[in-house]
Amino acid sequence: MKTFKIGGVHPAENKLSAASPIRVAAIPKQAVFSMFQHIGAPAVPVVKKGDVVKVGTLLGEAGKGLSVPVFSSVSGTVNKVDAVLDSSGTRRMAVIVDVEGDEWEESIDRSDKLVTMKDLGGITAEEVVNRIKAAGIVGMGGATFPTGIKLMPPPGTKAEAIIVNAVECEPYLTADHRLMLEKPEQILVGVQLIKHAVNCPKAYIGIEMNKPDAIKLLTDLLKEKATQYPGIEVVPLKVKYPQGGEKQLIDAVIGRQVPAPPALPINVGAIVQNVGTVYAIYEAVTKRKPLIDRVITVTGKSVAQPSNFLARIGTPMQQLIDEAGGLPSDTGKIIGGGPMMGRALMSLDVPVTKGSSGLLLMTEAESRRGEVNPCIRCAKCVSACPMGLEPYLLASYTRLKDWDGCEKNDVTSCIECGSCAFTCPSNRPLLDNIRVAKQTVMGIIKSRHMESISKK
Amino acid sequence: MKPIISLSPHVHGGDSVQKNMYGVCIALVPALLASLYFFGLGSAIVMATSVAACVLFEWAITRFILRRDRLTICDGSAVLTGLLLGFNLPSNLPIWIIIIGALVAIGIGKMTFGGLGCNPFNPALVGRVFLLISFPVQMTTWPVSGQMGYVDVETGATPLAIMKNAIKAGDASLLNELPSSLDMLLGQTGGSLGEVSALCLLIGCLFMLWRKIITWHIPVSILATVWLLAGLFHLIDPSYADPTQVILSGGLMLGACFMATDYVTSPMTAKGQIIYGVAIGVLTVLIRDFGAYPEGMSFAILIMNGFTPLINTYVKPKRFGETKKS
Amino acid sequence: MNVILIAVIVLGGIGLVAALILFLAGKKFAVHEDERIGKVAEVLPGANCGGCGFPGCSGFAGACVKAADKGSLEGLLCPVGGQPVMEQVAGILGMQAEASAPKVAVVRCNGTCESRPRIAEFDGARSCRVQQMLGSGETACAYGCLGCGDCVAACKFDAIHMNPETGLPEVDEEKCTACGACAKACPRSIIEIRLKGLKNRRVVVLCNNKDKGAVTRKACAVGCIACQKCVKVCKFEAITVDANLAYIDAEKCKLCRKCEEECPQNAILAINFPPRKPKAEAPAAPAAPKAEAPVAPKAPAEQPATPSTATPAQS
Repeated sequence: MKTFKIGGVHPAENKLSAASPIRVAAIPKQAVFSMFQHIGAPAVPVVKKGDVVKVGTLLGEAGKGLSVPVFSSVSGTVNKVDAVLDSSGTRRMAVIVDVEGDEWEESIDRSDKLVTMKDLGGITAEEVVNRIKAAGIVGMGGATFPTGIKLMPPPGTKAEAIIVNAVECEPYLTADHRLMLEKPEQILVGVQLIKHAVNCPKAYIGIEMNKPDAIKLLTDLLKEKATQYPGIEVVPLKVKYPQGGEKQLIDAVIGRQVPAPPALPINVGAIVQNVGTVYAIYEAVTKRKPLIDRVITVTGKSVAQPSNFLARIGTPMQQLIDEAGGLPSDTGKIIGGGPMMGRALMSLDVPVTKGSSGLLLMTEAESRRGEVNPCIRCAKCVSACPMGLEPYLLASYTRLKDWDGCEKNDVTSCIECGSCAFTCPSNRPLLDNIRVAKQTVMGIIKSRHMESISKK
Repeated sequence: MKPIISLSPHVHGGDSVQKNMYGVCIALVPALLASLYFFGLGSAIVMATSVAACVLFEWAITRFILRRDRLTICDGSAVLTGLLLGFNLPSNLPIWIIIIGALVAIGIGKMTFGGLGCNPFNPALVGRVFLLISFPVQMTTWPVSGQMGYVDVETGATPLAIMKNAIKAGDASLLNELPSSLDMLLGQTGGSLGEVSALCLLIGCLFMLWRKIITWHIPVSILATVWLLAGLFHLIDPSYADPTQVILSGGLMLGACFMATDYVTSPMTAKGQIIYGVAIGVLTVLIRDFGAYPEGMSFAILIMNGFTPLINTYVKPKRFGETKKS
Repeated sequence: MNVILIAVIVLGGIGLVAALILFLAGKKFAVHEDERIGKVAEVLPGANCGGCGFPGCSGFAGACVKAADKGSLEGLLCPVGGQPVMEQVAGILGMQAEASAPKVAVVRCNGTCESRPRIAEFDGARSCRVQQMLGSGETACAYGCLGCGDCVAACKFDAIHMNPETGLPEVDEEKCTACGACAKACPRSIIEIRLKGLKNRRVVVLCNNKDKGAVTRKACAVGCIACQKCVKVCKFEAITVDANLAYIDAEKCKLCRKCEEECPQNAILAINFPPRKPKAEAPAAPAAPKAEAPVAPKAPAEQPATPSTATPAQS
């Protein structure tokens, strides 16, 4: 069974909502569209208070450099354009729309009919990428990197393998799993579109063994329609966290290791796309539908009905929890995303964004960290680190503010997966400290870079 | 509701210091039972004194000298040190010597450096070596196994002493006095409490490997190195003992499985652990065959404990995506 | 006898050889250093705090000597030793010391536990920088003190401490050397190295919140809402409002305290002033001025502030 080679841990899976089909969440009364739903420059609002918008209307155009546009997922009137609290815990620019009815832009094809490559005729690769860019699609696994940019390999590189990330290695989350079960053909068409866009003959769908039904469904489908979907292969993977990390997945599926930053996956010929992103690409290219909704898992041990919702972007989290049976009284922590890499939210007023893969409610008892003990140098963090780093060392260098030592020991390679803190028997906040070091060292490297440029 | 906020990860694997420490203690139970079976009352007295003294000293030092509010005696590390120290002592050792050993182990070996996690040397071995050097007579007269008493027991030569004599005399026939390999595996030999039954120690080691308390690198590299090196000497000159008997004799099994694998004093990376294990193996054989003492395990481990920081500095794990520097 | 003789000869021989090697090595690898550097370094505090911008005190001493060779000590200041030490340094180097006003660290946040309600509970490494990564942290104010004491840990002079009652750090002005380590350590740049002021008296906006007024008001009872009242009342044009936050220029401020009375949020505080005569109910203790702050300005603001303004004007 394939898997990545270095480190990894096995958190309890807790996939409580794996059996519940995707439900369409109600349209909210008021939707909030953050202009910061992606990595890079924020989108620039193009609407003002009082403007009437429809589903699919452009709210914010892509900013300078790395950026994507933001579209309205509801119809109604713009209430205000203002800074509001979002899932990052800070106030950032957003467009707030009061919802009236559900009117869609005419350009969007709302039918459920499957559109295949044949139906699209001779669509060019540029057109596919342009439609993806115009739809504002970002990586939907949580990293929210603009997809259009990823599909334009820099000169000198060539895509040799498309890898679809269907691993969903985060405990609790089942959004990608349900999407594969319910929209398998659409996903396969999406994969074909990506292959077409970057002119790559081979695509792999990496799925962990804890989703046997999805593996079977897709494998059978590919066998049945081998001529229709050529060059796509399902790769079952051994269950191990963080297999969904881009670098780990490439290692697991095609056995190539992406070198340390600034190298990118494309340097080893791989392009990784999340299943949710692939589905969004399908919808964007075949139906001309911008990214206005996504599947999100609302779950937790105390949640009445752990569910998967197809929610409009901008829906308040509070509403999804109400639909999943209300906020349990013993909730201690609200997490946007999964328990290993998600963000703790300060309130439920934050909206669903393009990167919201899940909403996890943890009980008070589950959410507290254990008492911190001295490091016993058991080396479990070293063997758990999927990047081959020494978390104990980086954490103590951080305490000593030895940023040179951190840099020499490759702190910038850290993918912040949390395996070290997860495995530490002394409950030491290893990742907290490593993040501080990573941030500082990145700053130092950047200023050094700027200095060398200004000298030249 | 006031939500709790923290950075990820939000879940923990549930491992703890206590689980690891008491796991090692459980792994020592078979060997403890074997020592009770072979040495009876003496074993019980030595073991109980050693554990009680270690826990007491740890408590007293944290409470009255370091004046820490949080007592650490519950984390199991003092119990473990006590057990391991006890395993390194002969069953007829006077109680006052044991208490001195515990004081040195906990007081000098561990707490002077700041307590758990800070000590550069294995505390139990610090205690043992201190006693070995200070009280060589008491520490090297081992009762013959199978005697249940504590005082007035008959003492005899251990396999290690026989091996040493054979090397000194250059006479291979002296090795005929050695007990059979099977007896050595089961424990029908003289020696310290933990030196008798290699089999029970192996069972404990397997338990620790199964519970993922330790990894295979250190025990396997030590045992393999000792076997290969001792085998080489045996081939060159038959007055050096058979490698299998070398492995089964003395504190080698205890050292390889329980003392060298001590978390705090062993290297952090797999590569480093193998270097450490090989070096311990080589040093053990050299001290046993050419040194002044019949047993070299504890010295070898302590010497390599001293090298652990150096190994940690220079032996790094293979980074993800690292390519060979051209 | 023989044994003793051999031992003496052997050990003495080893000693001689070692001494010879040391002597030769000392000659061979001797580094010639400007002796003034050593002299300057001697009068420096030796804390190696880096507040001067050089790596440690000897680095600063080297820089001083170099600057003296060029003819001016301008721009060089040991914030720890301050003016007296700089005068000594100048004396050694035969220069004139640049005049510089003493400075002190000021914590520009007054969001105590009462005035700034906690809306979440932080669980993790006790570090402001870690908490900063979680957005606004335990309170709704994204600019206020995080209370984990990174500044306290950074201080080499034991001059800044957390007050457990307010949850805010307090600067011990006696000990503070204005080296700036705390200001650098604060991830929210709350601490300002500010002119100490006449008789240590300062009028400061104790707020760092750049949110709009309504948002600030929700997060904190004593936050600056950028209402501009202080700007209007200031006769000396010392106050500016930038990015929804008022700032008092310490160089222009004449310590008249009009703005303190005017501020509707009590965000402006006058530190180390004697108690205002008409308001005897709240005697201001100089050591803990912040604790008094919310009480004092509640009194009628009609009283002219002449008694207090008179004092700094004379001195």
